[in-house]
This record gives sequence, structure tokens and C-alpha cells, in this order.
Amino acid sequence: MILQGLFDVLFNGLSIGAVLLIAALGLAIVFGLMGVINLAHGELMMLGAYTTFIVQNAFKPLADTPLFGLYIFVALVAAFLVAAVMGLFLERQVIRYLYGRPLETLLATWGVSLILRQFVRSVGGSMAIGLVLFSLLFWGGQALLRRRPDWNQLQGRALAVLLPLSGAIALVASFLLNGQPALAKPWFSARNIDVTAPGWLRGGLNFAGLQFPTARLFIIALTLVCLAGVYWFLQRSAWGLRIRAVTQNREMSACLGIPTDTVDALTFALGSGLAGVAGCAVTLLGSVGPNLGANYIVDAFMVVVVGGVGKLVGSVVAAIAIGTLTYLLGSGNVPLWMTQLNLTESLKPLFDFFSFFATTSMAKVMVFALIIVFLQIKPAGLFPQKGRGAEI
Amino acid sequence: MTEPQDLSPQPSAYSAASPGAQAMVEPATQPMLDVTNLNVYYGESHILRSVDLSVARGKMICLIGRNGVGKTTLLKSVMGLLTPRSGEVLLDGQPITKLSTDKRARLGIGYVPQGREIIPRVTVRENLLLGMESLPKAQRSRAAMEEVYDLFPVLKSMLERMGGDLSGGQQQQLAIARAILSKPKLLVLDEPTEGIQPSIILEIEAAVRRIIEATGISVLLVEQHLHFVRQADWYYAMQKGGIVASGPTGELSQSVIQEFLAV
Repeated sequence: MILQGLFDVLFNGLSIGAVLLIAALGLAIVFGLMGVINLAHGELMMLGAYTTFIVQNAFKPLADTPLFGLYIFVALVAAFLVAAVMGLFLERQVIRYLYGRPLETLLATWGVSLILRQFVRSVGGSMAIGLVLFSLLFWGGQALLRRRPDWNQLQGRALAVLLPLSGAIALVASFLLNGQPALAKPWFSARNIDVTAPGWLRGGLNFAGLQFPTARLFIIALTLVCLAGVYWFLQRSAWGLRIRAVTQNREMSACLGIPTDTVDALTFALGSGLAGVAGCAVTLLGSVGPNLGANYIVDAFMVVVVGGVGKLVGSVVAAIAIGTLTYLLGSGNVPLWMTQLNLTESLKPLFDFFSFFATTSMAKVMVFALIIVFLQIKPAGLFPQKGRGAEI
Repeated sequence: MTEPQDLSPQPSAYSAASPGAQAMVEPATQPMLDVTNLNVYYGESHILRSVDLSVARGKMICLIGRNGVGKTTLLKSVMGLLTPRSGEVLLDGQPITKLSTDKRARLGIGYVPQGREIIPRVTVRENLLLGMESLPKAQRSRAAMEEVYDLFPVLKSMLERMGGDLSGGQQQQLAIARAILSKPKLLVLDEPTEGIQPSIILEIEAAVRRIIEATGISVLLVEQHLHFVRQADWYYAMQKGGIVASGPTGELSQSVIQEFLAV
């Protein structure tokens, strides 16, 4: 019985750890390697989750065919791309002006996270048209003006005119279109929505008297694939080498001819794309709402910090350790084992202690407390980083 | 990252009597590097004051001066790591003052900074591969790597070691190797013998001499080591952020040496 319980703890710990790790993987790159505190990481996950919902709806006409079961793979790619493009936009428009200024980055990305949350609550036809109109006028106008030889002199004045003008036109257009009920209705609203998992991901596998949910197994496999992909990209590819060089010594990398701006943008897009994949994965575990990201952001930062900022292997170990510990404490297995081993009387204070923490929320409190103690002893995490990451 | 393919196996380019060496030296119509009236500030501190300097093609120019006179600042300004408030920098006749550092590197400036700045947590092999980043893909060759091993044999036995784990002398050799792998028109060296043991200093001097003789590249060197300074064709002496003296190194007088070199 105890052996079965241990097996149960290990699988569930691994399963929770996999979810934590997939949520933290993108952050391990953005925060760990680049040193950017991106509080909008959770919202990038949320965008991935909503993208999955949209892809699933697009596959609805195929609901009675085996092809519907494949929507998850299309959704994974789409979620990666949507989050990566949003990340790229965020890096180019906001974050690149804030490198080396962690406090401002923190505040700016928190603001972005609020905007994104409200965006999914409010977005509807009229708002989407307004945004497209604004983008066309603002960036299209800039693209046209850039062709002028005196663009450098014009730039300040041009932006001062283009921004309010494009904004005003887009706002008026949105306001007028709101008169059409079909366009005014929000697409998602503030309510949570459910993503239906493909048939082959529902149910579970039985092994040694234990039930292993297929969705959890899929997330573990997906995490392993993402981990292997990230490892290969960073350690074996030319762009991976450039990323490692830039994150360790930006000035020297530029002196070697590496386009550091492009590397920053690519790194941020990769980290954001992985957040999108994580968002797609967590749709298999529960419903999707605008606050989905907020549920994961603290855990994701916790994994990266405990693992050691900038160390991928640290994030893996930390995610599995936190996952296993959370399940071990929250599942009530420890008091159960003590009962089976007749230790309840002799070790009563310990039995009472573990019984008290044997709920999911109390286990989380305990894990947080343990992490605080751990960081007092090892502030740089399990695998301390040398180089730029250490200066964060 | 895979190493580049060997496109054209050749004898070492750094053999002293390389037949193609002289052909690479173009007629001295215009200097390889021309710095005009350069003024650089750190905040409100005026560091470089109306600096004029030029590096002729195929020549080795040495910048001397006491600590804190602005030598490194000048090299950083040439690399684009510092933005001048006024003045102009021309590389091979092309204005580069407004270009970013990576673009300057791609135009043919190889830089060996003070302190070497080896990328610490990538291997020696990867550090060398990074040296070829500024070249078009077709020009990145394994043959070039072999030539570098010929120049600095110690590096070949340490390819899988982390750059940060090398000794100071080995790191300096790696830094120079990395810079010359970019096949630069202009090699900028900032105190390459600083903190290096004497036997390695001689190796580094010999290697730099071989590179110049074999490839005909121009070199801008900041150096305090007199023996190395004397290997240059021309010197510029700096004081308080300005150039105060210049001439052939063969004519370096004892008074100039005492005034501008920390010997």
C-alpha cells in the first residue's frame, strides 16, 4: 500500500511539476537568461489558452471525424505563434527601452498584463476593427513617412501627430460600430470558457492499480518535448549560441558582429511562444478565463528563482521538487502512511502537523514557507548562475 | 552549432612568407582608419578632446599614454561602444560614426578589448565560432580555424573547455584568435599584454607580428610594454584626452618613453 502511495505521489508530483515547468520554461528564458521581469508572462499563457479555444471552435465542423482530435496540435503551433508575435511586439514597443531598469520593467509589464486581461474581456468586432484601423494608420503612416530622407528630423513631430490622430479615428470608428449589436458583443466576455479536450486525451491509463489521466501524461510528454527543443536550440543552434553570448556579455557580442537587438527580440519571442504553449497545455486541466495567467505567474517565478536564475536544469529540478512536495503535503499521504505504520501515537505532534497541512491550499502555504526558508540559506537558488544573470 | 565547412583548403595564412600577403595590401591612397576632431564625454566630463588620428593601411599604430588619459575610451569610440558628441570616424573611407557596434564589426574591425572579455560560459570552440559571426556564411571556414590553431597551438587542446576557465594568457590568445577569425581590415588591440606572464607576452607579440606580415591588416594598438610598442610603425601619445605627440616608433626618445609609458 505504501509503495502504491509512493508511486502515486511520484506520478502526481511529476505531473504538477510538469505543469509548473511548462509554465516556467518561457520565463526561464525571458527572466533567467535576459533578466527581464515579465509580469505579463501569465497573460501570454492566457493568450495561448484563448488561441486554443479559437482553434478548437474552428475544428468544430469536424467534431464527428477523427480529425477533430488533432486540433490540439494545430492549437499548440498557433498558441506558440500568437504568444511569440505578441511577445515580439511587447519587446520592440516597450521592453527594449527598459533593459537594465528592472523596476520600470516590472511596472510596465504589470500594466501590459492588466491591458491584456481587459482586452480579452472586452474584445469584440468593433474593438478589433478599431485596433486594426489604428495599427494601419499609425504604423502604416510611419512606414510611409520613413521613406522621406528627412525622417530623422521629422520623427518627433510625425509621432506627435500620428498617435492622437490614429487613436481618435480608431476610437470614433469603434464607437460608431458599437451601434451594431453583432459587432458590439464581446467575443469571450469576463466569464470562463471551456475547451473540450480531444477524445483521446480524456480518460486515463491503468497501471499497477493506479489511474494515470491521459491529459496529465500528455502534458508531461509535451513538457519533455519543449525542454528538449529549448535545450537543443540554446546549446546546438547558431542562434542559441548567439543568445548565450549576448546574455553573458552584450558589449563583446556586439563587437563580434552579433546583432544584439535581433537576438533580444528573438529570445523574448521564444520565451513568449513557450508561454503560449503552456497556455494551450493548461486548457486540458480546467476552464479558461482572463485571470488564468495570474494563477500561474507566481508559481512560474518561484520555479525559476528556486532553480537558480539562468539555469534551465535548475528550473527542471525546482519544478519537480515543488510539484512533488505540494502533492505530498496536500494529498494527505503522509498522515495516511503514519497511520498504516502505527506511528500516530508515538509521533503525534508530527501526525497533527501533517494532517493540518493536508489540503491543497494549506500545502501551498507550507511550500511557500519552505521556499522562503530555502532562499534564506541559498539566495541564488539550487544552481547559482555566474555572469550577467547573477547581477539581476 | 556545427562548425563551418572547409570550403577551400589552403596552407596557413599566417606563414611568414605567405605568397598572397603583399597582394592584400592596397596602395596607401587613404588611411584604413581616420579619426577626426573626436570629442567624447562621460556625462559632463570631457574625456576625449578633439582627437585626430589615422591608421595607414598595413601599418601598426601604437597609442601610448599613462593610465586614465583616454586610450581605451578612444578605442571604444572607434568600436561604437561610446557615442561621441562630435567628430567623425572613417573606416576605409566610409563614415561609421553613426553605425552600431555590430555593423562596425561586420565592416571589418576586429576588437581585442582590455580584460579580454571572453564569453565565459561557452566553450573555446564556440568562442572561436563567434569570432566568425561578422563574416558572410560563405566565408566561414574550418580552414580559418586550423590557421588559428597554427598560430596559437594551445587553443587546439582546449576546445571543449569553458572560455572562463582558461588562464589569463590563454584567454588573451583566444581573444586575439577570435578577433582575427573575423578577417578584419583593422585589428584593434587594447593592452594585449596586460597582466600576462613574460613568456606569453613574447608569444603574443610574435603572433601579432605574423598576422600583420601575412595578411597586411592594419593594427591600432594600445600598449604599455616597451618591447611591443617598438614593433609598431608609428606612435601617438595621449595626455588628458588629447593627442600630444606622434612620430615613428624608431624615433621614440627616452624622454617620451618616460613621460608616456608606465615603465
